[in-house]
Amino acid sequence: MLTVPDAGGHFGPYGGRYVPEVLMSPLEELEQAYLALKTDAAFQNELADLLKNYAGRPTPLYYAKRLSEKLGGAKIYFKREDLLHTGAHKINNALGQALLARKMGKKRIIAETGAGQHGVATATACALLGLQCRVYMGEEDMRRQRLNVFRMRLCGAEVVGVTNGSRTLKDAISEAMRDWVTNVDTTYYLLGSALGAHPYPLMVRDFHRCIGDEARVQMLEREGRLPDMAIACVGGGSNAIGLFHAFVPDLSVKLVGVEAGGKGKKTGEHAARFSGGAPGVLHGAYSYLLQDNDGQVALTHSISAGLDYALIGPEHAHLHDIGRAEYVDCDDATALKAAVELSTMEGLIPAMESAHAVAEALVRAPQMGTHEIVLVNLSGRGDKDIDIYRENLKELDSDSHQPAF
Amino acid sequence: MILTRISQRFNELQAKNEPALIAYVTAGDPGPEMTVEIVAALERGGADIIELGVPFSDPIADGPVIMRASERALATGMTVEKVLEIAQEIRKHSQIPIVLFTYLNPVMRYGFDKLAARAKEVGIDGFLLTDLSVEEAESFVAAVQGVGLDTVFLVAPTSTDRRLELVAKYCSGFVYVVSRTGVTGEQSQVSSSVAPLVEKLRKFTSLPLGVGFGISSASQAAEVGSVADGVVVGSAFVRTIESTPGREVLDTIERMARDLKQGALSGRR
Repeated sequence: MLTVPDAGGHFGPYGGRYVPEVLMSPLEELEQAYLALKTDAAFQNELADLLKNYAGRPTPLYYAKRLSEKLGGAKIYFKREDLLHTGAHKINNALGQALLARKMGKKRIIAETGAGQHGVATATACALLGLQCRVYMGEEDMRRQRLNVFRMRLCGAEVVGVTNGSRTLKDAISEAMRDWVTNVDTTYYLLGSALGAHPYPLMVRDFHRCIGDEARVQMLEREGRLPDMAIACVGGGSNAIGLFHAFVPDLSVKLVGVEAGGKGKKTGEHAARFSGGAPGVLHGAYSYLLQDNDGQVALTHSISAGLDYALIGPEHAHLHDIGRAEYVDCDDATALKAAVELSTMEGLIPAMESAHAVAEALVRAPQMGTHEIVLVNLSGRGDKDIDIYRENLKELDSDSHQPAF
Repeated sequence: MILTRISQRFNELQAKNEPALIAYVTAGDPGPEMTVEIVAALERGGADIIELGVPFSDPIADGPVIMRASERALATGMTVEKVLEIAQEIRKHSQIPIVLFTYLNPVMRYGFDKLAARAKEVGIDGFLLTDLSVEEAESFVAAVQGVGLDTVFLVAPTSTDRRLELVAKYCSGFVYVVSRTGVTGEQSQVSSSVAPLVEKLRKFTSLPLGVGFGISSASQAAEVGSVADGVVVGSAFVRTIESTPGREVLDTIERMARDLKQGALSGRR
């Protein structure tokens, strides 16, 4: 369980390297470069310095007292990734990979983005390191995450709208892969989630493992014990695997991933891969995939662009199958309610993605004892989602609105 | 060992010092019946091997022309099962070798063993899955070669010598040489990396080598035909199918095939 992935990038049967031959040697090169830098002190020091002094690590571990007391069950702690520079955990990985790209001598960076958080993080890292940056984004996502499009451009990146398919994250990844296949000699593909062909799921996990590593130490300092449960939302699964990794050997810590239930599983408009999908291959990895009976990738839906994707990261598939982590889903309406609850009770406006994890905590905490502890990864802040909140919470957007107090 | 239709065809052509014209079309574009007729027209024009594309929702290795064809074919309800039926229909009238050309997921969903058996039954001769690396191909190759059909894999300009040797070991029938980095689609020039790549690959395999990606004109076919055993043309045919209405496409595509085959032949003179 602890030695995943294997040399071929397999987490149990999942993961691997399913790409056109053009990309095989470049992926081997990337793997070698990454593994060399993993033990390179100068590289690790430079990354640690940027994470601390530029991005704002370590992030705080916050005890949500009012919310916990209201729910009357377990104590809820939030890992405050939302406080990081650019507003979400994505910067951890973007800085790591951008440094790697520079070491590999690549001057041109491409990336995909769903909610725009990875795009912004990549554009930011490229501005910092003086690298050329192009971000592919589905046109539907550009519409619903307008603010992030502008932020990327402000940092000097080129944002390319993708009009194929569902015009969301899946199509943005496909288009980024087409670019990479074409310009592989000069270009580094800075993939933003724990997805894709080996070594990406490994590398992205490693760059985010600081989330769980820090939280584990902080929890021991604060409470003298580990949490009973750790909850994170799962699109591709980067923030979740970053949180989970440190706790995988701690069998007393229940790990819970929350997928997007969209408009409800009965409607077919969701991104709940474990309950609605079956193992398959998309974008280089074998994992649980939402697909039809003919093996065509199904369209997904979520109010949250960052969770709106047909394949779950392969390490999550493995953790699911071996029973180490549990995966549930949360629909759009429930996530919205959770966002309002967290905002009014704690003054924390979560990203739409993170609101899915918060919603699960609101369900779990009251079922647990007051001596128990729930750790939730607050993976991003809600600034980027204000338009979505306004659109869906019209009563708050009226001047006749009655305040909570 | 019984030769597959693909190997037989290459043997016949090599005896005549002719390069093969390998034609790709997306099955079901513009419709299943038309695909059968288009394949017949390609054969009349001189195509030696057909790559029958099974459309996939997320074709990451394809450029806009084949992406659009895939969308059109999927919109008509094309599935692996229906492509098998098309192949069966073609086989009623023709002995032209057919390679099923697609992505891994639809094939995986159908089931390797089940598909290999059905493919054999309907008269398909081999498979090429663009996103299946040889590292992950063991069970697939066992299923397909187990029923006596061919597995074709890609080599690329980025493939190291180690990989050329490895990929060739998993191939039967022929090896598909990708002429350049990039997605499928026509180019104004044949990449200069083709001749050295073909030459290098010959050191690792005695299988015939087919070169594709970016070839659309007779002169390009001549250039490729002078070094390789087969010339693959895809997007150029698919574009013609897209832009030519009704049954007119059949004559047009036959002429194109003839022109490309003549081009490929001229490369040997």
